[in-house]
Parts: sequence; C-alpha cells; structure tokens
Amino acid sequence: MVTNYIPIFLVLLAASIFGAAVVFSSRIFGPLRPNKVKIMPYESGKDPIGTTNERISIKYYLVAMLFIVFDIEVIYVYPWAVEFKKLFAQYGLFAFVPMFIFLVVLELGFVYIFMKGGLRWD
Amino acid sequence: MSLYDIIFYLFAAITILSGFIVVTSKNIVYSAFSLLFTFFGVAGIYVLLGADFIAIVQILVYVGGILILLLFGVMLTNKITNVDIRTGTIHVLPGAVAVGVLMGLLLSAMVWTEWKTQPSETPVTTTVTLGRLLITDYILIFELLGILLLIALIGAASIARREQE
Repeated sequence: MVTNYIPIFLVLLAASIFGAAVVFSSRIFGPLRPNKVKIMPYESGKDPIGTTNERISIKYYLVAMLFIVFDIEVIYVYPWAVEFKKLFAQYGLFAFVPMFIFLVVLELGFVYIFMKGGLRWD
Repeated sequence: MSLYDIIFYLFAAITILSGFIVVTSKNIVYSAFSLLFTFFGVAGIYVLLGADFIAIVQILVYVGGILILLLFGVMLTNKITNVDIRTGTIHVLPGAVAVGVLMGLLLSAMVWTEWKTQPSETPVTTTVTLGRLLITDYILIFELLGILLLIALIGAASIARREQE
C-alpha cells in the first residue's frame, strides 16, 4: 500500500532537486564579485523606496480567510461527489438534498459578505 | 528494518526537526516556513497510516491555507520581521521537568495500554466511505459543520470591516 505512493515521492524528489539546483547552482558555479549596485534590492531597475516590511491592508486578510472557508467547503464536497452516482442510485434525491442544504448555508454567508460590501476594494 | 519503518522514521525526523526550528528560530518568517515542513511530515505519517484523504486535506488546508494565513498575519503586523520574538527568560529546568513528566505519562500510557491489533489488510481508499458516511450516518454533524463555517465566514467579515461602519 505504501508502494502506491512511490510515484508521488518521486515527483517530490524531482521537484526538490530541481528547485535546489535552480536556487543554488548560480551560487556554486557563478563568480562572486559583489559591488554596491549589485547587492542592492532589485526593484525593476529603479532605486528602492522605503522598507519591504510595511504593513499591508486588512482587506487581504479577509480574502485569505474566505479562501480557507471555501477550501474546507470543497473538501466536504469532494468525497460526496466521488461517490455521488452510487449514492443517487441508492437514496435518490436524499443523496442530493443534504449537500444542497450545506452549500446553501455557506452561500448565505457569501451573500451576507457581498451585501455588507466586504468584497468592495476601496 | 522494513521500507515502511524507514519511511516512517524519515517523516518523523522531518516533523520533529522542523518543529524544533519553529520553536527556536529567532526570525518569525523562518518559523513559519519550517512549519510547512512540520505539516508536510505529519501528512506523510497520515499516508503511512492509510488515511489518504486526511493526508490530502492536511496538505490542502494546512499548507495551502493556514500557513498562508499565518504569513499574511506576519505581513499585516507592523515591524514584526526584525524583532527577537523569543522571550528573554528561558526556564530550562522547570521546562525539562514539565516535558519529562508529560513524556513519561504519554510513554507509560503507550506501553501499558492493551492496543487492539488486527491483521493488516490492504486498505482501500477512504474517500468513498467518507462521502457515504457524510450524508448517511453523520448527516447532522455535516450540516452543523456548514453552520460552523458560516459563523467563521461572518466573523471574519465583521472583524475585517469594522472600521468602515
């Protein structure tokens, strides 16, 4: 049963080797002759303005929070969807109604945020 | 040592080492990134236990969601990146005693419990069973979960939009 996951491990291995090669090969093989301009933070060729660790608006946090909630919602939909054909054959409409209620409850929250203007980007 | 054991100890080592870095690192961003490997190691152990769906959920929600939210939290907080976040006083001796007692309790519980073992059978995928149970045996819990998520949604919205009222 563990052997089923060997392809995933191989992909992970290949991805990490590739990532490490891309990041570290320039450091290993490239000549290191720094000067003041070279070690400056890169901002599309312009001189950097201010610091990088500035505060970011809370609006982004709402988007991230919404993402997690709908992420979890999808996780509950997924196993139901995989088995839906058999469940529908067995229970008929009652295989559909519970998921419908679940989704409607969550969409109520989405509509609430939408009506309250939570997604307005001002 | 079988292949199974080697993989288990690999994931356990990843989890413990990166967890150690999470606790001891001075830079909060390094802590957050080490947490990624902790979550990953736990996901690997879930896979070894035959809980494939839980492992995917672990990666999808914790690595893909919670960790991003954590990094957002770092970004949203002013001037947190260069601050030494560790406390000035670290009580090694009381800490060691507390950890030792807890570890002794857990180990004794582990050794003296009569675990119900069953012959290992090839586990089938758990996703189908979960989907079936969600709308049959655990339907009430399922619908309550929807309401719980709704509460989280409304809570997040009201916290983030408070100043605009």
